Amino acid sequence: MNFDPRYSGRSFSSVGTRPIRPDGVDKVTGRARYGADFNMAGQLVGRILRSPHAHAVIRKIDTSKAEKLAGVKAVITAKDLPDLTDGDAAMYDILDNSMARTKALYDGHAVAAVAAIDARTARQALKLIEVDYEVLPHVTDVDEAMKHHAPLINDAIFTEGLEEKPVKPSNVTKRTQYGHGDVHQGFAQADFVVERSFKTEQTHQGYIEPHACVASVNPDGTAELWVCTQGHFVYRQHCAQLLGMEASKLRVTSSEIGGGFGGKTHVWAEPVALALSRKAGRPVKLVMTRDEVFRASGPTSATSIDVKIGAKKDGTITAAEATLRYSCGPYAGMWAEIGAMTAFACYKLENVKTVGYEVLVNRPKTAAYRAPSAPMAAFAVESAVDELAKEIGMDPVDFRIKNAAQEGTRASYGPVYGPIGIGPTLEAVKNHPHMKAPLGLNQGRGMACGFWFNFGGQTCTDLNIGMDGSVSLAVGTVDVGGSRASLSLVAAEELGIDYSHVKAIVADTSSLGYNDMTDGSRGTFSSSMATISAARNAIKVLRERAAQMWDIPVDDVAWEKGHAVAKGEKHGNLGKLSLKEIAASSGKTGGPIAGHSELVADGAGVSFATHICDIEVDPETGSTRVLRYTVVQDAGKAVHPTYVEGQYQGGAAQGIGWALNEEYIYGKDGRLQNPGFLDYRIPVCSDLPMIDTQILEIPNPNHPYGVRGVGETSIVPPLAAIANAVSNAVGVRMTHIPMSPPRILAALEAEREG
Amino acid sequence: MVEVTLWGSLGAAAGGQSKLDIEAKDIRELFRKLSEQYPAFEPLIDRGIAVAIDGTIYRDTWSKELPPGAEIFLLPRLAGG
Repeated sequence: MNFDPRYSGRSFSSVGTRPIRPDGVDKVTGRARYGADFNMAGQLVGRILRSPHAHAVIRKIDTSKAEKLAGVKAVITAKDLPDLTDGDAAMYDILDNSMARTKALYDGHAVAAVAAIDARTARQALKLIEVDYEVLPHVTDVDEAMKHHAPLINDAIFTEGLEEKPVKPSNVTKRTQYGHGDVHQGFAQADFVVERSFKTEQTHQGYIEPHACVASVNPDGTAELWVCTQGHFVYRQHCAQLLGMEASKLRVTSSEIGGGFGGKTHVWAEPVALALSRKAGRPVKLVMTRDEVFRASGPTSATSIDVKIGAKKDGTITAAEATLRYSCGPYAGMWAEIGAMTAFACYKLENVKTVGYEVLVNRPKTAAYRAPSAPMAAFAVESAVDELAKEIGMDPVDFRIKNAAQEGTRASYGPVYGPIGIGPTLEAVKNHPHMKAPLGLNQGRGMACGFWFNFGGQTCTDLNIGMDGSVSLAVGTVDVGGSRASLSLVAAEELGIDYSHVKAIVADTSSLGYNDMTDGSRGTFSSSMATISAARNAIKVLRERAAQMWDIPVDDVAWEKGHAVAKGEKHGNLGKLSLKEIAASSGKTGGPIAGHSELVADGAGVSFATHICDIEVDPETGSTRVLRYTVVQDAGKAVHPTYVEGQYQGGAAQGIGWALNEEYIYGKDGRLQNPGFLDYRIPVCSDLPMIDTQILEIPNPNHPYGVRGVGETSIVPPLAAIANAVSNAVGVRMTHIPMSPPRILAALEAEREG
Repeated sequence: MVEVTLWGSLGAAAGGQSKLDIEAKDIRELFRKLSEQYPAFEPLIDRGIAVAIDGTIYRDTWSKELPPGAEIFLLPRLAGG
């Protein structure tokens, strides 16, 4: 990689403008092809049989009757997905989650699947599959699962991270610890200490498009997978390994995506679709129902968190401590570890300690959900911070400004920060008109801060210049939030041409080198870095071609505003050559002109946000209404500000749902009670206010344009901002998310009863 | 010689130590020597470890040099959404 990723201040022509999104017309007219919009000749319909039990040994599965049903072309169980993971525990968990092997570990766990000529036949076939279960005791609550008498979900799990290796298995897969200094000493110095316990319930990403794919395994061993995903290259790696294929023989094409938010970073039904196709010898289309999406595709963790923070009278925090328990579903995760890393990341702390526990429960495998684990940690910490500010008698914004991390601060998770934006977001909030607006009866205002790491990762890009001067940009990062428009702006900027001449596409896995998943807010950050590199490589070729056309040394050719310019007095009569003119002559000067780039986009800048929320609570019913909401977040550099604002608003909207309504509700039988959008209610337009945004731009020194990721941080502060608003409105500290009407009424009643 | 701070769950792989002194010029050599001296690191490296050098986090660039006196943290390789 001959590319300097360092930031250099410059003025922009295209970057920072707001052109119309290139995929908009197709999406609003229905032409855009999502996961379920693709069909292949002769395709079958796949359906999955799922466990009705939260925890059960699978004694026997009899598929004979289903196999005999006319129209059924394949029936599979775990035997058709043999263990080829070679001791890779993480891959084994993915395999087991795709199709249960010895035990059903949650309500909705896949146990068998069929491929039939139509959906009706497939459904009939599922009813003919006989599964003999031995039902086991189950546990679905994170605190209950940690108790010694709790049903054991995996007897091979011995808690990692303890000083002494445990002699008994447990539901706690790992203990992690972060921090520095001496919290005991810090608390001894404190004049005020707040100590609280918090709980959050499990929520789903709630993407509109369910998981969908079409799998086709050919007789020669090659295969194709059309799929709705956030990372088709990763899906290729995982599916190929699970099915025992060479990755190069599996071509994966990503569809348009109707939301992912982390839930489409994991394979769920795709290995099953491939196994069905392999057995049936025909393409298989598999689309999850909404019920299946809720029951069997990763929601985020439920949590139980204890926080203790101490401060001096002048508002200086002297110590901060948190114990965080995160549910993982039935497979090991690292969700509490991320919570432990992010919990106090906004603050400058001499003494800080966080301990995380990953806890198995009989619920679906937990998946990433937009800044995974950080919102729950921020809810607990920012609630305690607000309470502490109140006890000291300080304004909550001033208290946070006094303790905010800054460049040079040692983060609570270890390294020292470079230039960061938490202080500026707090100053912006302090001066925002929203903070000064009057409030009415039963209304409260809350604010909170949030942090997310952001990632880079492996990225590959092709930039091809057509003979008409148009530019085709092929990227491997799935567009989940407008990255095609942003990357087109970057290509236009670097080449010095108009945005309308650039068309970005997401290339399939056979057309481009490996790309990491579009997660960690890396899509625009990493692919823009690769696009700049590819464009600079193309410009090198363009200069060489112009030199040929002019018959002068290439060193005498510069690139300015989309044109080759001859340098020096001796070439003064040569004028300029446009990109289009050079491209038109490319056949005579050496053939097609292209720029390629493959790189690891390291150095993603961390991101901070501060949110403000006004809320009204009806004390008679406990119902809430969000009156006003403001997001202030650092983007590094907003490539397409409208998309950045959309990310900010989307994070806030999802956070509002999480804080006030959304929750997985399990019955005593361990079955999910609300697997649908009627009973699991996400916010609709009428539930939301206009969400105001303010973009700050503190450049990331590790990106040529200063870009940071923006997709995730905006969901970190809302839970806490809203909890602080509700607490201020009702005069009772709310410690349990979601703050649904019954929970608010219960808190009010408890307060009245003392 | 560089001083490496092991963070979070990674200390357990080095027998509970939180800091190690290792002779390594780049991330590749650091990982190789960690695996040699502490075999428990090998599966963790395979799974993915991020390296923070003076505050900048590197996830995959094994050729990245470790400047003398740099502050180096090993961190778990995180998931995003």
